[in-house]
Amino acid sequence: MKIKLNGEMLETDALTIHALVTARNQDPATLVVEHNYTLVRQAAWDHTRLQEGDTIELLSFVGGG
Amino acid sequence: MTDTLTLGNRQFTSRLLTGTGKFASNDLIGPMLAASGSEIITVALRRVDLQAPPRDNILTHIPEHVTLLPNTSGARTAKEAVRIAHIAREAGCGDFIKIEVITDMQYLLPDNHETLKAAETLAKEDFIVLPYVMPDITISRQLYDAGAAAVMPLGSPIGSNRGLEMKSMIQRIIDTSRLPVIVDAGIGRPSQAAEAMEMGADAVLVNTAIATAQDPVQAGKAFSLAVTAGRMAYQAGMAGRSSQARASSPLTGFLQE
Repeated sequence: MKIKLNGEMLETDALTIHALVTARNQDPATLVVEHNYTLVRQAAWDHTRLQEGDTIELLSFVGGG
Repeated sequence: MTDTLTLGNRQFTSRLLTGTGKFASNDLIGPMLAASGSEIITVALRRVDLQAPPRDNILTHIPEHVTLLPNTSGARTAKEAVRIAHIAREAGCGDFIKIEVITDMQYLLPDNHETLKAAETLAKEDFIVLPYVMPDITISRQLYDAGAAAVMPLGSPIGSNRGLEMKSMIQRIIDTSRLPVIVDAGIGRPSQAAEAMEMGADAVLVNTAIATAQDPVQAGKAFSLAVTAGRMAYQAGMAGRSSQARASSPLTGFLQE
């Protein structure tokens, strides 16, 4: 299915946020995930299912002033 | 009586706020915080670069007793700033938020209009709102009415190390504001931090000057001492200036008979 990940449309086989994060080799400890503009806590990644056309943002806290 | 800085419902002993940007190594942040005694530090939220190798988590470098101050950098509208604030709070960063809305990409000067709109929304949602603004008495009053916890006028453009270019306007804000005044951005040297505190600022926020010093830990300590000295001078009530000399030793004496 096609989803929008960090602003780019792409094809993915991942069925959940957890699967998507794993497929993209991201360290869960550093990630903040928005699913259709709603924050999804890490405990819910495994049972948050992705659907065609979803918008996902993978964010993280970084240095800033 | 302890001299504390009150922001929202929280009290702080240190009047030096610091930032996590631009450190050569994030491993320096913990020692800098220990050396400076800073109790509030800013962090930013960014899209992960999916092509780059994973980076370390900045939050692991910040001890628990230090209050996180997520900023809304990257936001160009009030709506975007509010969205970042929601994410930061949901992600467990607490209730403090530095509103930073910038539409001027040449000098990175803040957009007071959008900043005020974001402050109004976030204060209603019980955030402790610290807005970064162009120094202006009107915005300072409007932010008070909006329920902000402080006003943060800039000294000079972000990262410029130019000190208090806006000195006269900052002084007017200090003289009239009912909110704590935190001078943010452009403070490049401890002497400039001391100057802001001598003027009666309640605190200063310093990031670039500490993070990009050759020894950020020593720089953090230097800024901390300067902030304390400036605060003490303000409380002591410094005497005025005079264009005439005023002898500090008796001039009448025995030599000329």
